[in-house]
Amino acid sequence: MNIHEFQAKELFKRYQIPVNTGVVARTSQEARAAAEKVATPGSNFVVKAQVHAGGRGKGGGIKLVNTPDEAAAAAEKILKKNLVTPQTGPEGKPVHQVLVEATTEIAREYYASIVLDRSACNPCFIISKAGGMEIEEVAEREPEKILKQHFPVETGFDADTALAMAGKLDSNPKIAAELAQIFQAMARLFLECDVSLVEINPLAVMKDGSVIAIDAKVNIDDNALFRHPEIAAWYDPSQEDSREVEARKIDLSYVGLDGNIGCIVNGAGLAMATMDIIKYAGGEPANFLDVGGGAGKEKVAAAFKIILRDPRVKAILVNIFGGIMRCDVVAEGILAAVTELEAAGVAIRSLPLVVRLEGTNVEKGREILDNSDLKVITASGFKEAAEKVVGAIS
Amino acid sequence: MSILADRNTRLLVQGITGAHGSFHTEKMLEYGTKVVGGVTPGKGGQSILGVPVFNTVKEAVETTSANASVIYVPAKFAPAAIREAGEAGIRLIICITEGIPALDMVKIVHWTRKENIVLIGPNCPGLITPDETKIGIMPGYIHKKGPIGVVSRSGTLTYEAVWQLTQLGLGQSTCIGIGGDPVVGTSFVDTLRLFELDPETEAIVMIGEIGGSAEEEAAQFIKKELTKPVVAFVAGGTAPPGKRMGHAGAIISGGSGKASDKIRCLEQAGVTVVPSPAVIGETMAKVYRAHYAAKSRSRV
Repeated sequence: MNIHEFQAKELFKRYQIPVNTGVVARTSQEARAAAEKVATPGSNFVVKAQVHAGGRGKGGGIKLVNTPDEAAAAAEKILKKNLVTPQTGPEGKPVHQVLVEATTEIAREYYASIVLDRSACNPCFIISKAGGMEIEEVAEREPEKILKQHFPVETGFDADTALAMAGKLDSNPKIAAELAQIFQAMARLFLECDVSLVEINPLAVMKDGSVIAIDAKVNIDDNALFRHPEIAAWYDPSQEDSREVEARKIDLSYVGLDGNIGCIVNGAGLAMATMDIIKYAGGEPANFLDVGGGAGKEKVAAAFKIILRDPRVKAILVNIFGGIMRCDVVAEGILAAVTELEAAGVAIRSLPLVVRLEGTNVEKGREILDNSDLKVITASGFKEAAEKVVGAIS
Repeated sequence: MSILADRNTRLLVQGITGAHGSFHTEKMLEYGTKVVGGVTPGKGGQSILGVPVFNTVKEAVETTSANASVIYVPAKFAPAAIREAGEAGIRLIICITEGIPALDMVKIVHWTRKENIVLIGPNCPGLITPDETKIGIMPGYIHKKGPIGVVSRSGTLTYEAVWQLTQLGLGQSTCIGIGGDPVVGTSFVDTLRLFELDPETEAIVMIGEIGGSAEEEAAQFIKKELTKPVVAFVAGGTAPPGKRMGHAGAIISGGSGKASDKIRCLEQAGVTVVPSPAVIGETMAKVYRAHYAAKSRSRV
């Protein structure tokens, strides 16, 4: 789960990772008041859009200003429309709040993050002297500037390793000591809050010699949210595709894409492979959708409703390999969905529907579809199904 | 021969009284798996489908001499269930459970490796040695005994590949779903090593997906140590970066984990990578025939 920068900084404060004083504002008036509140002698202000996406600066979501009035004007602008960044897609993300912080001049910028290294089966620090830039770009162009350091989940990140690592970033012993403290705090946060990514970019040494996490990005392992109810409450559905939110409510795994062939599949691997094979057959998938292993009739019907909320969908491909899932249940779900959608005024019968069923109770499933008044294009194989659905709309 | 499990495997089912546990116990029994006991704390002394239920794994092992365990308990309790099985002396543990926190799994995997326990999963369909034993949730009838080893990060996509093989008359030695999570007990490399050593396995189908670097590591191993032909498919070539495709492990982040990189590495290792998941079976048939025709010629 993604959380906002101001929430990540809330966690940082709990772990004594230094951040700038900031206040969240929802309107331009609040932004002015926030700036007045956080102001210190000689400080200026930064107004930052709170969205679940990186690249905010490039999209105009971060403004450096000198006065509370300017902060209000900047907030007004940022809050007015969706923020489009290189990571959001063309429709952007809504900005419901900005973070207003007092800031001073930065002397130098570093990068620090922790991710889970799957192959090493331990968390791994990634640090770099090239802070303030996209780490992917640094990795590509100047890989020698990136350092990695693993630490064991059982014992955490020890002080000596932290200090040695910090020394590689900054030769000033006082600053290195401060960085080391921050690294140890990041590791504790990572382990105690089931973090899947914590990233500070930039981690800045200020002109006055203090070290501050200027930005904060934290992702939490979805599977562990049950033991962090306070963090789970920060879930912000406005930052996600509304169809994905809808799907999640009924335990369907859905990801919206740009094509026009709606897909309903059981199993994540098969769902990905179905997207791939549609593309291979010359079409474009509209979505990834995994109805799960033990889906019933209602879930299949719900899956239809979700993919049809996308007006771009011109044809539907159902690809089910029944293991636990029975094909007759799928067939009944399809019929139920069509009846329900028609009653709701959706012209579903005008959309080509290609169904490929295989596995448990396949004969029964096919029989149910054959005996209905629904015009289903049946396919016996994976490839045939993809070709038929692509053919139906070209 | 086969790998990891065969007709002599004596299986326990942890979580046997739950909905999933009992349903799949029935299917496993139908297939012929020797399910010798079940474990559900507090339900010891009962019997379900003719299988005795115990309160602890230790008790179950002492009474039944079980040597493998399959876990169907909810995610919150699954790490403890794995540990309990290992501590009771079980050396093959298959965890079907989905949704276990990644850091819990890191600790568990460190432990199982130290103790030389084979852990398959979590979030996997399990493993099957056709006509001998089925441990997990895969539909039994799609399998057929034969020379092809199958290893995959996915569930239903594995069934798809297996079904294609079976329809072409190509049976399987053992099929293993290693699981769709970021941290799993048994990797592609671990499984490929076992297939290499198994005289009954003559060729291998490997099904990867986006996210992580397990396929790249497999490619290195294949290049250096594997003598048997491999046909592979990598799912998720069309997935956009930053979006998690169902499996917790299937996400492209920071430019790594892309299907294209994985395919390149596998091809460089001499693997036949199919562009379409629909031709896994027919490609294996060709590769298998070509490889063994060449081999028998060289023997003459």
